[in-house]
Amino acid sequence: MDKMPKWADVVLIPVISLLLAAALSALVILGIGKDPVEAVQLMVSGALGSTYGWGYTLYYATNFLFTGLAVSVAYHAGLFNIGGEGQAMLGGLGVALICLFIPWPHWSIALVVAAIAAGLFGAAWAAIPAYLQAKRGSHVVITTIMFNFIAFSVMNYMLVNVLKPAGSMDPATARFGENVHLPSLHDILAPIGISFHERAPANVTLLVALAACVVVWLLIWRTPLGYEIRTFGKSEAGTRYAGMSPLKITMIAMLISGALCGMMAINNVMGEAERLVLNSTEGAGFIGIAVALMGRNHPFGVFLAAILFGFLYQGGAELALWANIPRELIVVIQALVILFTGALDNMVRMPLEKLFVAIRKEKA
Amino acid sequence: MDFLTLIQVLDSTVRLAVPLLLACLAGLFSERAGIFDIGLEGKMLMAAFFSAAVAAVTGNVWLGLLAGVASSLALAGLHGLASITFRGNQLISGVAINFLASGLTVLIAQNWFQQGGRTPSLIGAGRFNSVELPFAIGPTEAEAAGRPLSQLLAEAGPLQQIYSELLSGHSVLVYLSFLAVPLTAWILFGTRFGLRLRAVGENPAAVDTAGVSVVGLRFAAVGICGILCGIAGAYLATALQAGFVKEMTAGRGFIALAALIFAKWRPWHALSATLLFGLLQALALRFQSINLGGITLPVQLMEALPYILTVVILAGFVGKAVPPKAGGTPYVKER
Repeated sequence: MDKMPKWADVVLIPVISLLLAAALSALVILGIGKDPVEAVQLMVSGALGSTYGWGYTLYYATNFLFTGLAVSVAYHAGLFNIGGEGQAMLGGLGVALICLFIPWPHWSIALVVAAIAAGLFGAAWAAIPAYLQAKRGSHVVITTIMFNFIAFSVMNYMLVNVLKPAGSMDPATARFGENVHLPSLHDILAPIGISFHERAPANVTLLVALAACVVVWLLIWRTPLGYEIRTFGKSEAGTRYAGMSPLKITMIAMLISGALCGMMAINNVMGEAERLVLNSTEGAGFIGIAVALMGRNHPFGVFLAAILFGFLYQGGAELALWANIPRELIVVIQALVILFTGALDNMVRMPLEKLFVAIRKEKA
Repeated sequence: MDFLTLIQVLDSTVRLAVPLLLACLAGLFSERAGIFDIGLEGKMLMAAFFSAAVAAVTGNVWLGLLAGVASSLALAGLHGLASITFRGNQLISGVAINFLASGLTVLIAQNWFQQGGRTPSLIGAGRFNSVELPFAIGPTEAEAAGRPLSQLLAEAGPLQQIYSELLSGHSVLVYLSFLAVPLTAWILFGTRFGLRLRAVGENPAAVDTAGVSVVGLRFAAVGICGILCGIAGAYLATALQAGFVKEMTAGRGFIALAALIFAKWRPWHALSATLLFGLLQALALRFQSINLGGITLPVQLMEALPYILTVVILAGFVGKAVPPKAGGTPYVKER
């Protein structure tokens, strides 16, 4: 019998963990001599107070949706994919190659092909760690960390030695053509009479990310493959006895995870920057960890967590601009969220479990 | 490449290997006791900041070292709390610690010094200065002779060059960190504490049955890890460089982790692995690209080589790296 009702596990524990992280964040803001209430007000007005703010919030959220889903798919298979950063970088390379060298007649075709290329590049970058984990037992966490660093060197080499336009000092590719310009939310919403800020970067990729949420939900809970992935995550021995192949499941779960991370590039590279720059991912691969943990590895939870982190990112930028609080505050908040919803989960869980057992005894 | 250049590259190899070595030994203690630690980077970064900050304010580098070690120990305590007391996921805790350090250091640095997330440059007694061994040609000799040091060194014989450039002129932390290798080997393989520590990483239930506290041993290991990471961070900010800058550890904690796997969790091998990775860093620093008989190796390859080598080792193609058996799993006492 479960020690706790399901709602406590799904809602109560994440909320308490989040409140703890928020309380400590407030203390940090107090510690650097600022007013937490004022900071929150500034973040809310900056991130949610205008369609411009929403445009950035949703743009960041799109990135985090992809990486968060990626981490959670791997997590269901009992694998901790910490290599989202590298996979997303490689995805950017795939997008850049597609957008730079092929004259696309329409953005929609370019988007489909770029998404496939981004997914393939991301998946390819996850393939070696996945194979080594499945076949040779090399810990996937360590190999994906190593692959993040290798990815950075690869990108550095490609941008400085290969893709940089002649005469440019900046390690970045040339700007993509107008033909692959993705419609922003402004372009999409204007025909139906909703005015959205013109310069906000949220774009059609948001819809792709939302579709990915639905697809991942279907995959994990409504397909035989999803069942195998979840079984494998619970018990490797059980998977073997049931005649499923651990090699196959590990590979597929990691490839899907890598592909999702790679696909983030259609948002940040194709949708926003419209060229590939060094460090284009800006840590989104790591934020996927926090997003997945907070969202309890469920696509809907990931959706909520991604919006929250989008808000934090945009709000943090506003704080840096107007309140002279460094952007690193967001990194601290992110760390606290990972700490409380991930590593210190039992700190909240154990006393609650005791409480619920006590209540049940009282009733009985 | 002439002989003196070679010696100079080896000299900078030693300087660059020291933080890797200390962090690697830190990870060795922790992982031998069954606690995975991917938070080496964060602990080093935190220590780098607090050592530089305190050294800048007090002008005393030893107080700085103390502050650095204390801050690293605090993060180690957090890791212990999460992964030993609350039996949480050790990898997630490590990730959180890395981000915590990365954010807090800049936040506090900006709040204290308003210099864009760095500390003021350290001067005089605020830094670990180099130790001149007897009979070595150093800045004092150059001053006495009234000629530049590089000229004096170029004229000296090869043995004197090795002695003066490679062996002499490092900070005291360099010599201490090399002494830490035999010390670690002795503690782990020559003392009762070391035996128990290794046992707790392989089979904690057996240690528990013998009436020794698993929790106590693991906290001790995590604590030693914190101290060593603290020294590594302090070395970066107060000896290798003169002050803290944002993200100054630059992935060294992960290279140390790679070296630890490369060394297969053994102290003497940790020394050779970190020296090798230090050499790669020194080469990448000195030469932008290396020409090997017609093939030019790009500098990016040199930077990525430690990670590539680690993956190859992990893949088990060059001898298998087997981590301590109980690594990563929290110990639950039977009731």
